[in-house]
Amino acid sequence: MRFKSAADLRVGERGVIRELSLDELPVKLLEMGCLPGTELEVKHVAPFNGPIYFRMADYHLAIRRELARLILLEDSVEDVA
Amino acid sequence: MIGGRKALKVALVGNPNTGKSSLFNALTGLNQKVSNYPGITVEKKSGFSKLDQRSIAEMVDLPGTYSLHPSSIDEEVVLRTLTEPDNPDRPDAIVAVADATNLKRNLYLFTQVLDLGLPTILVLNMVDQVQRKGIEIDVEKLEEAFGVKVVLVNARRGEGINVLKQSILELSHELRAPVFDIRKDAPNYAESARKILNLNGDYAAWLIASQVSELSYLSASEKDQLEQLTLRSEVDTKKLHIRETIQRYKIVNDLLKEAVTVSPEKDRSWSGRLDRIITHKVYGVLILLGLLFLIFQAIFSWAELPMNLIDTVFNELSIWIKDTMEPGALRALIADGIIPGIAGVVIFLPQIFILFTFITLMEETGYMARVVFLMDKLMKRFGLSGKSVVPLISGTACAIPAIMATRNIESWKERLITIFVTPFTTCSARLPVYTVLIGLVIPSEKIMGINLQGIVLMFMYLLGFGTALGSAWLMSKMIPTRTASHFIVEMPAYRVPLYKNVLLTIWGKGKSFVTNAGKIIIAISIILWVMASNGPNEHFTEAERFVAAEVDTTQLTPEEFASVVDGYRLEHSYVGYLGQAIEPAIRPLGYDWKVGIALISSFAAREVFVGTMATIYNVGSEDEMTVMEQMAAEKNKETGKPFFTFPVGMSLLMFYAFAMQCVSTFAIVKKETNSWRWPIMQAVFMSGFAYVVSLITFQLLS
Repeated sequence: MRFKSAADLRVGERGVIRELSLDELPVKLLEMGCLPGTELEVKHVAPFNGPIYFRMADYHLAIRRELARLILLEDSVEDVA
Repeated sequence: MIGGRKALKVALVGNPNTGKSSLFNALTGLNQKVSNYPGITVEKKSGFSKLDQRSIAEMVDLPGTYSLHPSSIDEEVVLRTLTEPDNPDRPDAIVAVADATNLKRNLYLFTQVLDLGLPTILVLNMVDQVQRKGIEIDVEKLEEAFGVKVVLVNARRGEGINVLKQSILELSHELRAPVFDIRKDAPNYAESARKILNLNGDYAAWLIASQVSELSYLSASEKDQLEQLTLRSEVDTKKLHIRETIQRYKIVNDLLKEAVTVSPEKDRSWSGRLDRIITHKVYGVLILLGLLFLIFQAIFSWAELPMNLIDTVFNELSIWIKDTMEPGALRALIADGIIPGIAGVVIFLPQIFILFTFITLMEETGYMARVVFLMDKLMKRFGLSGKSVVPLISGTACAIPAIMATRNIESWKERLITIFVTPFTTCSARLPVYTVLIGLVIPSEKIMGINLQGIVLMFMYLLGFGTALGSAWLMSKMIPTRTASHFIVEMPAYRVPLYKNVLLTIWGKGKSFVTNAGKIIIAISIILWVMASNGPNEHFTEAERFVAAEVDTTQLTPEEFASVVDGYRLEHSYVGYLGQAIEPAIRPLGYDWKVGIALISSFAAREVFVGTMATIYNVGSEDEMTVMEQMAAEKNKETGKPFFTFPVGMSLLMFYAFAMQCVSTFAIVKKETNSWRWPIMQAVFMSGFAYVVSLITFQLLS
């Protein structure tokens, strides 16, 4: 079974990080607070399916879709939009 | 030095976007200087701060970083400054700057800094935002937990600065247990690494050992020994790095649960609302295009008045010197060599100031991060990163800082391509060349209210961008991919720019232009003037005799005779011979030996073209016409019509658009890529391309 990843969220949706693909994910992202238990919310998506603009805990950052796919989320996702 | 005592050295360390630079400006004011770290192109900001009546501290503003584990050259600087025992900038104390509204991520770095064991103060900046967002911070609890002094400041308004200065004076060295103890997780490992690297602290040794393959400054033997050690100790550095990160975040989280209370989320409402438009797929892109258009128009039209003024002032000065000084070599050197040379430097300042005002405002407001976000997908298609937009836009000012700005692109391939193609974008040194050539061959008419010359200028900018993107795409197909590229960009909340930060930045840019590029321009101008005022043989020294022998002098007035003599003399000067030597190669492009001289001198810096033209046509002419008028008056010897026709002008525009003509760019590329291969390839490719395009342009149009 495939878990929902941060790349599957639509604008306005939130999710909580469940686990990370540590082999591929740069440690820098972890150091910036992207850790299991952290809440994410998609704020915007760049043109042509570009990077995703997240609110991660207390701040905002943008990462590319490929990277967001490595961030797996808890099943329950509340829809705020 | 105060009372024979050495000034205390203090380093500012913190995440990007924490207002660290504002704090640095508040502490040092105008007592700051911007230089480079030796051997690398990372900007070093240092300055002096008066702590009280008797004490001065030397402040160093280290590059912003999210972690002490370095992943870029900037971050290596932070690590080296803080850990090397013999580093000239090694601080006596650290001021760790944290954004009070985002303590979690900021305190992660702070706990790393603490573990270096230096006397440390924690500064919580942006305290005004804290109240607005309904956050309450228990400062005493933080002080108790970390065993450090915590100071609240609002650097933008200068609040809390005096308390901070007092705290720096009162700092003492305290021993405390590490937040993360590397010796527990990897016994003996850090200690052995410390011995290899000859460092004082275990944590410092681990920071380096964890990134061995990434670091550029370690010696081969150090790298080798560390890699052997890692193998022998069976330490998985990535796993340990992750474990460290999780442990630190856990400690910080547990503490923040007790020390910080947040009232129901008041999101950064206006910043968020603004982003709904600014990062919008359609409006956002339109806003960006509009802004870029505004910048082009501003550089072209707003700068005109001050530039004309500068031009007039220096012309008047030259005339005044000619009227007051005794005729002779010195007068000629000052009036015809030095003053036009200086004028050729100062004339760019209005454009540089306007452009850097825009760029600094984009950075200060937080808009630049949105540009990167919006453009990433598009840029990736050309093998570039969204982060390449910043260098490409900065390249419109000068390729040197732009190439330096590629440092924060993590992927080596994307960075290399960005460095390679950035010199195609229209730098400010090309602008005066374009201005003169466009003014010469494009009529000043209005089409639908827009100046035709402005449209052509914009076309030249787009051509530069287009060529940069096209060659980037070509390169991305040719260079094999080494590692996956990562794109992690923080989107800071929008801020009203601080005029002081903007002014200090553009002042610094202007100063570095005058002192760096300016020196070359003045030197080349004077050398060229000397070369044009001297010749190797009697054709130069006894020009009157040769002219009298060749021409029927009875038909000429004394003025006309003098003018012919001057032309003859220039043709037989050193510069004349040099230009004539390359004339066969450039004749197919529509150029003569005078243009040839300008092309040669442009390799020092493109803008020298205008100065060279000024010097070449100035020599022997007593009245001070502007360069453009002098060029317009130049006749083709064969046809008797103006020399700078539409085909010649367009061909020259194309040559200047594409040729790699600047020694400084060459040098910076060599420095940044750490090899001769890339700058040489770049110079050959760009200049070859320029030759071919100019050839086609001239032949098609004429």
